[in-house]
Amino acid sequence: MEILMSIVIGLLFASAVYLMLSKSLLRIIIGTGLLSHGAHLMLLTLAGLKRGTVPLLGENAQAYTDPIPQALILTAIVISFGVTAFFLVVAYRAYQELGTDNIDEMRGTETDD
Amino acid sequence: MINLLILPIVIPLITAVILMFFAKKVTIQRWISAISMTGTFITSLILLHKIDQNGIQTLNLGNWPAPFGITLVSDMLSALLVATGSFIALCCILFSFGTIGRAREKFYYYSIVQFLMVGVNGAFTTGDIFNMFVFFEVMLMSSYVLMVIGGTKIQLRESIKYLLVNVTSSALFVIAVAYLYSMVGSLNMAHISERIAEAGQPGIMTVVAVLFLIVFGLKGGIFPLFFWLPGSYYAPPAPIIALFGALLTKVGVYSILRTYTLFFYHDQGFTHELLIILSLITIVLGSIAAIAYKDIKKIIIYNIVVAIGIITYGIGTMNADSLSGSVFYLIHDMIIKAALFMIAGVIVAITGTGSYQKFSGLIRHYPLLGWIFFLSILALAGIPPLSGFIGKILIARGGFAEGDIVGALVILFSSLFVLYSLMRVFINSFWGDPKGSKVNSNIGVSKLLIPISVLMIASISYGVFSEHVNMYITQAVDVLINPSLYIEAVLNK
Repeated sequence: MEILMSIVIGLLFASAVYLMLSKSLLRIIIGTGLLSHGAHLMLLTLAGLKRGTVPLLGENAQAYTDPIPQALILTAIVISFGVTAFFLVVAYRAYQELGTDNIDEMRGTETDD
Repeated sequence: MINLLILPIVIPLITAVILMFFAKKVTIQRWISAISMTGTFITSLILLHKIDQNGIQTLNLGNWPAPFGITLVSDMLSALLVATGSFIALCCILFSFGTIGRAREKFYYYSIVQFLMVGVNGAFTTGDIFNMFVFFEVMLMSSYVLMVIGGTKIQLRESIKYLLVNVTSSALFVIAVAYLYSMVGSLNMAHISERIAEAGQPGIMTVVAVLFLIVFGLKGGIFPLFFWLPGSYYAPPAPIIALFGALLTKVGVYSILRTYTLFFYHDQGFTHELLIILSLITIVLGSIAAIAYKDIKKIIIYNIVVAIGIITYGIGTMNADSLSGSVFYLIHDMIIKAALFMIAGVIVAITGTGSYQKFSGLIRHYPLLGWIFFLSILALAGIPPLSGFIGKILIARGGFAEGDIVGALVILFSSLFVLYSLMRVFINSFWGDPKGSKVNSNIGVSKLLIPISVLMIASISYGVFSEHVNMYITQAVDVLINPSLYIEAVLNK
């Protein structure tokens, strides 16, 4: 199971890198979204996908899944959510002000202000 | 008082929240933020004194015993950095009063600066690797806002790049933590160190060490990873870059210092050698770029790159001399870079341009500014009575002791380039024909000089009383060389 997950995560990273190297700003932001998906899945996978019930003490089970990576992922998700929201708004403002979505045209010389 | 070490995190946090309620009342905001940052600075000094008396301070949040809960650890190194950081933030806040402008001040500027300090102080103090990630994000999120606040074209353009680089490096940080967790099964830094020592750092752990170097190198700006820094630091106004240049990259350097002395010190032939090579290339490229530009802000930005290289070279060499040199140089560089960026901000405000060829003879109208600038250049280059000397000489001595003559010589020669790069600015803009400049009466330069002179006095006394400072630095380096001291303090052995 871990091997399958690793391959899928690898594909996510590959598409994230591909998108982040493109010229359109929106594609770059989609790439960062995929990148954080990959990172979160990786956190889940690397901590082990052994069988066990959900981490609720009410289940009274023999074995539980590891609760720590789940807490870490939850934290990382809200952080990347906040950053992505901010990034999208900055991209929107930049589109309004600079009038372009092309990252190549956002090159500035030293003197203009 | 056991909660002392959390105060430098909590005071700015509460202040930031309070400041949100007074968004439109600029005078109240200024008072509150200046007073609370003074409070943070004073508590950090008390903390410093307490560590000097009683050794490493730890605090288990919520009374959970050490490896299970989050532990805050304040050893001498982190306390010194927290104190320096708060001091610089205080000066930057005072400098902001006259320079940042009402529009930005009404838009939660002081609140965000306080949040930035929460992140910086937290990252210096935490003893948990994932908590460090969270404090990094607190710091970065505030820095994103500070970078774009005001919304000019250049700020929007550069903050997109800055955001993209840091989002990527944060994802890499999560991945690095995931790898580390899968191998050692712990997040507490002392516990991780112990488990890595038990396993003797197998090859895969060295891979994680390099991954951490990439993550922190992206934050700190070492050789192949500093591409984002010159553009991004060029965009925001002077007090904000002073904060960034003094604090943000140094948090990355501190993290390299912490992980490479606490976690990954078993296979030094590979990891530390890599760090040395990267640092030397950083220094060389930074020096070349510092003399290539004619814009004062660019020159100082590339001097950050040179300084980062010098500090990481000391970390890579990893003996007592070079480590204490790195700590000396780290603190010196935080203070002097803040002062230099403020001076550059004042010069740009007076003349309206950053290019030093477009004006001359400023010393006729602004003598005090000129002499402070002159002193800060000498301190940056490392002229003996001033603050940059002792750190650099210790790092070079550490390099010679390890037989790395090329590296130590590169460190020493880089001083020459640093001195030349800024002295050229001084000679061209302050000397010469006074007709090239005129008094700009719109700016109260004498008021702006107060925080700059405070920083310069701190820098000079740091150099003159280096014997006294050395007591503290020695304690900081003891913990870096013997990770067992850190582990024992955290895990209560």
